[in-house]
Amino acid sequence: MYTLTSKLKLFAIIFMVVGAIGIISGFLTTPSSIKEVKEMLDTNHDDSHNIGKTQNENHKNVIGSHDGNKEEAHDDEAHYEHVLQQMQNRPWAAIYVATFFFFIIVLGVLTFYAIQYASQAGWSPVLFRVMEGITAYLPIITAILFILLLLSGVFNMNHMFSWMNPDLVNPDSPDYDKIIAEKSGWLNVPFFLIRAAFYMLGWNLYRYLSRRNSIRDDNAEDNRWFKKNFKLSAGFLVFYIVTESMMSWDWIMSLDPHWYSTLYGWYIFAGMMVCGITVIALVTIVLKSQGYLEFVNDSHIHDLAKYMFGFSIFWTYLWFSQFMLIWYANIPEEVVYFVTRVEDFKLPFFGMVVMNFVFPVLLLMNSDYKRVNWFVVLTGIVILAGHYIDVFVMVIPATVGTSWFIGIPEIGSLLFLFGLFVYVVFTALTKAPLLVKNNPFIKESKQYRY
Amino acid sequence: MASKVIHAIYNDDDILLQAVKKVRNEHYHIEEIYTPFHIHGLDKAMGLADTRIAITSFLYGLVGLIFSVVMMNFIMIDDWPQNIGGKPSFSYIENMPAFVPIMFELTVYFAAHLMVITFYLRSKIWPFKKAENPDLRTTDDHFLMVVDIGKHDINELTKFMHNTGIVEINVIDKDEDH
Repeated sequence: MYTLTSKLKLFAIIFMVVGAIGIISGFLTTPSSIKEVKEMLDTNHDDSHNIGKTQNENHKNVIGSHDGNKEEAHDDEAHYEHVLQQMQNRPWAAIYVATFFFFIIVLGVLTFYAIQYASQAGWSPVLFRVMEGITAYLPIITAILFILLLLSGVFNMNHMFSWMNPDLVNPDSPDYDKIIAEKSGWLNVPFFLIRAAFYMLGWNLYRYLSRRNSIRDDNAEDNRWFKKNFKLSAGFLVFYIVTESMMSWDWIMSLDPHWYSTLYGWYIFAGMMVCGITVIALVTIVLKSQGYLEFVNDSHIHDLAKYMFGFSIFWTYLWFSQFMLIWYANIPEEVVYFVTRVEDFKLPFFGMVVMNFVFPVLLLMNSDYKRVNWFVVLTGIVILAGHYIDVFVMVIPATVGTSWFIGIPEIGSLLFLFGLFVYVVFTALTKAPLLVKNNPFIKESKQYRY
Repeated sequence: MASKVIHAIYNDDDILLQAVKKVRNEHYHIEEIYTPFHIHGLDKAMGLADTRIAITSFLYGLVGLIFSVVMMNFIMIDDWPQNIGGKPSFSYIENMPAFVPIMFELTVYFAAHLMVITFYLRSKIWPFKKAENPDLRTTDDHFLMVVDIGKHDINELTKFMHNTGIVEINVIDKDEDH
């Protein structure tokens, strides 16, 4: 049995407190009126002029609802209004990015766990309790995510999802947007929230039942609970791949409501699997370094590192497939997505490709390095940072635009959710023995040698 | 006196693997093992050095990558630039995304083919070469271990080998073999 040390508890609580301070200060420092925006932009006038220009262009590209012949003064007001909304979005987007990042980690682990059951893998049962510990975060992170979506959709606390503005679908409004209006059968707030609740309930139900069966299996006489989990996992994987795809349209792709990519669900899936498997490897190595998990040997770490390596390449493959087709075809309504990213987010956009592809390829290519724990940890941290930036570059261009920066609100949200992650996950690990006892593959898994 | 070897024949890969460990424990020298299929962990049990084919594979991949860059630069930029999809740029780097699939394919192509050729050369096999395995049954369902007798006593060694789960044992003069 694992026991949570008071040192780790303190560590988690410090992270949560520091993170909460960062989040709150992010909300307090946003401008509340156009006047404040003007003052903020005037303090460095040279920059503000340039920012203003690209901002305006972006605005037209993304929303596409402005008439070109509007009066200069009115356009200026509208522009400041837009910058104000973007600046007010920033602390929201910061939490949203961090929440989505932790959410894909946890859902990725849950999927990996389901794959192990459904494929009756023989190497991995020694890691089941680690995976179950990590997925204990799922109810909490989906609840936070749902509250964020609720605050955007029902309480209109921010302007992250531009399609939620009722003027865009009102034919009498000057802001009427035909494209968004035609999508409103899918993209409307009530249906959006019902879908979100449906996905989240489905995933949490599987997590609850599979964990319960896994605990019951420890004292079972036969393989009844294992068989139940096998069937449950196969069913979950079907449910998952459909809902994961729809989730990626709803929660990320709809931030740019005019743009779409048919590859998006797979792209999010690849990132999700890399992050999930990396976190399994990191938590396993942490537990091993504390003297637990003595039955986990180098070969298990080696296998996890192989998955990290493989899914990193898979992620790059999908990233590039999406990029190259859109770049080559160069159709305006498609390419706008990459134009904003390459122009305003050059460093994070290309930097994360280096972190998510070049780094793992070079560091984890050698078979022996996959067994060196500190090497796996180093690569894992770079991969996780890279995928945080990946989510950042997916969300921020449409919500914060050129006013972006990775500063106090962003890092604060990340620290808060990390502290909560450590607290919840390591508490969940104390609830059950770290080795599943009665799993039919446990002997094979313990003896596993590559 | 010509040097003699023992041909010990097994019919199970697990028994063979156990036998290899026993024989090596007694410090007898295993010259070669012939098997119909790859046996996981046999190279480690025999104490063979790790394969270096992965390193050559990486280097061959680099060769393929460089070759594809040079080739596409010559074809599409230097020799005959074309306007494809409104991208008439005369710079390799600006057209690079279009060349990535070719770079990838040639990297894989070079790594795979040169690795196979290296493996053939290193194993000294080529088309139409006469088979070297001493017993035809090793291409079917039997496993053959060649143990060098050296200075050991033949009787003692054959007695020991009988305890390792063999199904058949032959003492062969090495000179006859060649």
